[in-house]
Amino acid sequence: MICIKNIKPYEQIEQEEIERLKAAHVLRARLQYEKKPLFRGYTDKLLYVDLADSKIRIDDIPGQVKEKFIGGKGYCLRYLWDAVTPETRWNSPENAIVMSAGPIGGITQYPGAGKTLVCTISPTTDIPIDSNVGGYFGPFLKFSGFDALELIGKADKDVIIFIDGNKGTISIEEAPLEAGDAHILCEQLTLMYSDDEADRKNVAVVTAGSAADHVNISMLNFSFYDPNRKVVRLKQAGRGGIGRVFRDKRIRALVCKFSGIKADLNKPHNMSILNKTGLKFHREMHDLDGKQNNMRKIGTANIIEVMDAYDLLPTHNFKFGSHKDIDKIKSTVFIEKYLTQGAPDGCWYGCSMACAKAADHFLLKSGPYKGQRVCVDGPEYENAAGLGSNCGVMDAEAILELNFYCDTYGIDTISYGTCTAFAMECYENGILNKERTGGLELTFGNIEADFELIHQMGRGEGFGVIVGMGVKKMKEYFIKKFGADPAFLNDIGMEQKGLEYSEYLSKESLAQQGGYGLTNKGPQHDEAWLIFMDQVNNQIPTFEDKAEALHYFPMFRTWFGLMGLCKLPWNDIVPADNSKTAEPAKVPEHVQNYLDVYEAVTGTKITVDEMIKQSERVYNFQRIFNIRMGKGLRVNDASPYRAMGPVTEEEYLSREERYDKQLRELQGLDPEKMTLREKMDSTRRYRYEQYNRMTDAVYKRRGWTQNGVPTPEKLKELEMELPELLEVVNQVLSN
Amino acid sequence: MKKLVATDSLCTGCGKCTEACSKAYYKVQDKNLACLRVSENPDGTFHVEVCDQCGECAAVCNTNVIRQDKFGVFRLSKKECAGCLMCVGYCPKDVMVQSDDHLEPSKCVACGLCVKACPTGALSITDR
Repeated sequence: MICIKNIKPYEQIEQEEIERLKAAHVLRARLQYEKKPLFRGYTDKLLYVDLADSKIRIDDIPGQVKEKFIGGKGYCLRYLWDAVTPETRWNSPENAIVMSAGPIGGITQYPGAGKTLVCTISPTTDIPIDSNVGGYFGPFLKFSGFDALELIGKADKDVIIFIDGNKGTISIEEAPLEAGDAHILCEQLTLMYSDDEADRKNVAVVTAGSAADHVNISMLNFSFYDPNRKVVRLKQAGRGGIGRVFRDKRIRALVCKFSGIKADLNKPHNMSILNKTGLKFHREMHDLDGKQNNMRKIGTANIIEVMDAYDLLPTHNFKFGSHKDIDKIKSTVFIEKYLTQGAPDGCWYGCSMACAKAADHFLLKSGPYKGQRVCVDGPEYENAAGLGSNCGVMDAEAILELNFYCDTYGIDTISYGTCTAFAMECYENGILNKERTGGLELTFGNIEADFELIHQMGRGEGFGVIVGMGVKKMKEYFIKKFGADPAFLNDIGMEQKGLEYSEYLSKESLAQQGGYGLTNKGPQHDEAWLIFMDQVNNQIPTFEDKAEALHYFPMFRTWFGLMGLCKLPWNDIVPADNSKTAEPAKVPEHVQNYLDVYEAVTGTKITVDEMIKQSERVYNFQRIFNIRMGKGLRVNDASPYRAMGPVTEEEYLSREERYDKQLRELQGLDPEKMTLREKMDSTRRYRYEQYNRMTDAVYKRRGWTQNGVPTPEKLKELEMELPELLEVVNQVLSN
Repeated sequence: MKKLVATDSLCTGCGKCTEACSKAYYKVQDKNLACLRVSENPDGTFHVEVCDQCGECAAVCNTNVIRQDKFGVFRLSKKECAGCLMCVGYCPKDVMVQSDDHLEPSKCVACGLCVKACPTGALSITDR
């Protein structure tokens, strides 16, 4: 086992090199501003930057925006709506990238409170994408005086936007010489903008990576400096291609510098409640983490073998839920051989959950950094499943290597895994071959081909660029170029609304099919993860039960995005007596913690119902935003069949006993008298019908029409009768 | 390593130690603001919980503001501390102090004021 106390500090880039890079900067614009002090979590200011003409502006955030949209994702969506039109696409100059930390963001006492929410019009979905990311940028931005940052327009050269929150300056600088890859660029800029070693933790960088110039599935890295390892760490705003938009605007990086983090910077209403609630949680973490999820040892990857055991680990493009070689990538392999133990790995101050694990001095075997030893942030569960089992890569070192290159190239690990798995299945079905892939033998488990694919994305070359378009565009390309069968590709292509599925097998959980399918941004599990409630514990058996869960959990979890909070401390540890509560899945004591923290910061006491209402306003706003952009109706909530049931004979036969039993018990059929084709067709018909009936129930519970449109009555109930929303809703209802 | 040690059998529960400790930094006489704790056992004897400089507080600090000095004592830099309270929650002896009137917690630095205040010799500083 590798222990933090034995980790040697990383070598730093020479100061001379930093000076060389800095000397090439050309100042385009600079604004000196007077910082408005925070009050109860807010500055009520938005920083607006137009890259096209290097315009920097500070706007007041109106009271009505604060009241209805709260902060975080709410602010991001509100300002994004105002920036774009229904015709705006990801690379339109008016497309905005908006970031906001939310009112609770930046507190140091309660874990998971350093999150930044980021929204833009996505290159893969053409609708708003939202992503929730750690690192220090969001809190630093707020303490520098801004509840939100809006970036529009495109620069004609690579630029860095630098905010010095202590001096009160914002500058736009041409930056021609900096690296494209995130792990180097973030170190360069951390050294460049800090005064000395002790000052490095006061610099936060946002950047994409070299692949973001070439592929749609690219993300944003948010940095923080780790003083224990003396290295810059990276967290990711992963989903939906925000990095692609960032680089299209020619932004090389955002840098925010702020020193003097203290417990009261949000100027909270009641410090005592904050201290008490945070301390209670820290003690719970201390006492129970080792007995529950081991988040401090392994982070989210603790569930790799659990998912495999429950047949939920996506394997070979979501065909199967387990892999015979699971022992090679189970969590203990990473704990014992790769991930440094005993390190306080929080991605913001005060996170005792400390799940941001790292493999130190990991030796790379491929690509431009072959032979170098690097710090790999991860793997998260999603990385191990997406880069690993879903592509048949049952090799811990290959997963770490892919994880590293995804991060430094700025590629979303989830989309990379799902896209590559799709391409591999196409290869194994003869849709692709070596000629079509430019020589890559993309069979499941071919690590060498997988490595070459990711480096092609980094270089913007070859078949990597095709895969990097995302599953939706790959399907169109394979149909047009190679004459592939559209029905088959639509069955096995694990995307919806243009976003790749995250890494859970939802075939045997109808509620989770809804948890993926009935979402705003596309199939990401951050709205609802209901598999255990539904499939394992059978706590939500009826359509109405599932609908209630698919109302409450997406709304509850939206609230984290409004506040600048992480979801993990909510239920990746639970109080010792949680199972004795009336609704253990909701973790009632932790919900109360959040209400207490909200009151402590903002001074407003709210109930659970009011919390849900805050979220519902923004959730319905996002739904209508989707409709405005041409998606967001029932047709867009349909799922690929691979997410719902067995597409191929191979899949059916691999779980034949289960599926035959379901034919008998659920449909009253006798599988002995049916051909395999008949059994598969009956299963498919039944599952489509179930999904449709559940969708009916969910729409009803959410106050939407059967076409998935929020009704004017619902908007009235939510006090969201905004003219721009009614215009969209009334137009679609009149059609 | 310099650290505070307690001999429970000599403790009479008079509270002079906690009084001296809380006055030293917080300027009040409040046992809840002392970096050691005295509790009464069911049989009428006393147990004194003290900081043994185990360093658990430093190990959970992700900004590295609790560092060991040349005597082996873990010291919290209040200037750099962000007041997250993880160290308080993770202290195995529960002898770190958090006060709502202060932004940062405090911990035993083996200063010896409590040793001087103890009338029975139940507390001492060792260098082992």
